[in-house]
Amino acid sequence: MSGLTAAVAGVDTGDTAWMLVATALVLMMTPALGLFYAGLVRSKNTLNTFMMCVAAIAVATVTWAAVGYSIAFDGDGSIVGGLGHAFLNGVDFAPREGTTIPELVFFAFQATFCIITVALVSGAVVERMRFGPFLVFAALWSVLVYAVLAHWAFGGGWLQAGGTLDFAGGIPVEMGSGFSALAAALVVGARKDYGRQALLPHNAVYVLLGAGLLWFGWFGFNGGSGFSTGDASVLAFTNTLLCPACTLIVWFALDLLRGRKVTAIGAATAIVVGCVAITPAGGFISPGWAMLLGALAALPSYAIIVWRTRTRVDETLDVLAAHGTAGLFGILFIGFFAELAWNGVSDGLFYGNAAQLGDQALAALAAPAYAFVVTCVLLKAIDVVMPLRSTAKEEALGMDVVQHGEEAYVTGEGAILVVPEDGGPVGAAVADPG
Amino acid sequence: MKLVIGIVRPEQANEVLEALYRAEVRGFSISRVQGHGGELDRVETYRGTTVKMGLSEKVRFEVAVSDSFVQTTVDALREGARTGEVGDGKIFVLPLEQAVRIRTDDVDVEAVTPVAKS
Repeated sequence: MSGLTAAVAGVDTGDTAWMLVATALVLMMTPALGLFYAGLVRSKNTLNTFMMCVAAIAVATVTWAAVGYSIAFDGDGSIVGGLGHAFLNGVDFAPREGTTIPELVFFAFQATFCIITVALVSGAVVERMRFGPFLVFAALWSVLVYAVLAHWAFGGGWLQAGGTLDFAGGIPVEMGSGFSALAAALVVGARKDYGRQALLPHNAVYVLLGAGLLWFGWFGFNGGSGFSTGDASVLAFTNTLLCPACTLIVWFALDLLRGRKVTAIGAATAIVVGCVAITPAGGFISPGWAMLLGALAALPSYAIIVWRTRTRVDETLDVLAAHGTAGLFGILFIGFFAELAWNGVSDGLFYGNAAQLGDQALAALAAPAYAFVVTCVLLKAIDVVMPLRSTAKEEALGMDVVQHGEEAYVTGEGAILVVPEDGGPVGAAVADPG
Repeated sequence: MKLVIGIVRPEQANEVLEALYRAEVRGFSISRVQGHGGELDRVETYRGTTVKMGLSEKVRFEVAVSDSFVQTTVDALREGARTGEVGDGKIFVLPLEQAVRIRTDDVDVEAVTPVAKS
């Protein structure tokens, strides 16, 4: 995508080696997100929440191989790509156009982005959306929303062609997931106890560990988005360290001002916000500006989290605040502080190129609008065929038992082994004989 | 004096707490227990091992009250815990021989009557 020099014929082994590692790092981010999300919900929904992330790996990988990759990366149509790469047609050892890595690696790397974006959206609907409809949603959303936005930003679509800069996915991943999450929360509706009871995170250690693993994986996410071991990748890699650290410090300060204590879950949130903010800008701004970006990006996300919890909008795990808002902030930040001397591509307003800010603002309007509208329509359509929500009774019991027939923290006390001879219909509750 | 024990669904525990506060029943303790009533067993499967979970998670309220508060407490527990489905739980009322407030050595009715925070 951006930050690359002219196309190089052939495959570079060093670049390929790094991209193989980066791909694995990004794949790990999805179970890490599962851990992060699972810690934030009540214990009776731990497994269901985690499983939505696992399901994203399953579903989005298949849809990406089938059509998603092709729609995103085949040809340079304005709105969508072609179907030339459908079912991995022509995806082989030859270098991906504009890179020095085999297209197979490029495909796998991009697949991990699609996967985690689908998983991110689940944060809006946990603790009440049924698993079956989520699988259908994940499959359709990965193609209709993610692949289209990826084409706009990375695949030669109208935003990229118009000059919008997005290093590692501020448009498809962060704004795509954040504003789709808002739409999903509005369509699915609030949890039955939302606003009446305190619905608290059940394991803050999971949340911190998940955030830590996400940050670790994010070095592959941003550091790999130059598709090489070149300058842009190195810059993005180091900015991925600097930016979230500054977000953490500002978040600590905001926590202190507001509640007189620095909170652990606040810190985990800040790590994600900082990583998100640097995602679009990583390879385009200097390390100094990356640190300022991290510090400033804390403010709108913090404000939206505080505001959102006072509304009736149960966007449960604040995907809009952490991803949509920080992604949008990072996209706009490029328009001000992109620096040709560092990125070799373009200057921002601060360095005399006001047009870049216009290009960035266009993306900040178009991507959220597209993601929000298509997600609304998609979920309403699925709801007609299969209800999105569990019943209030099922919600009270918890999604783990209802949707999966398992519990996260089972003691085994009072569990009676069902042997095949006397086993009734497995999977359904059986009447108590005594 | 009576000891009122209410065994309720965990998801109704908040409702019960609210009902107790509304009834001005201020002193009680709760614990997580597992139990079995007439409810349907849950069938769960772990790597091919299928089990019937014979015990359900419940929350047990214990409230020591003077006689005049017994009916209020029972009503609050019943009102907060009821969903109408099998598994709503039970309320037991037991005679209570003695109560001592450790801090002051108050006994019996004085011991179960909350004092305003000084």
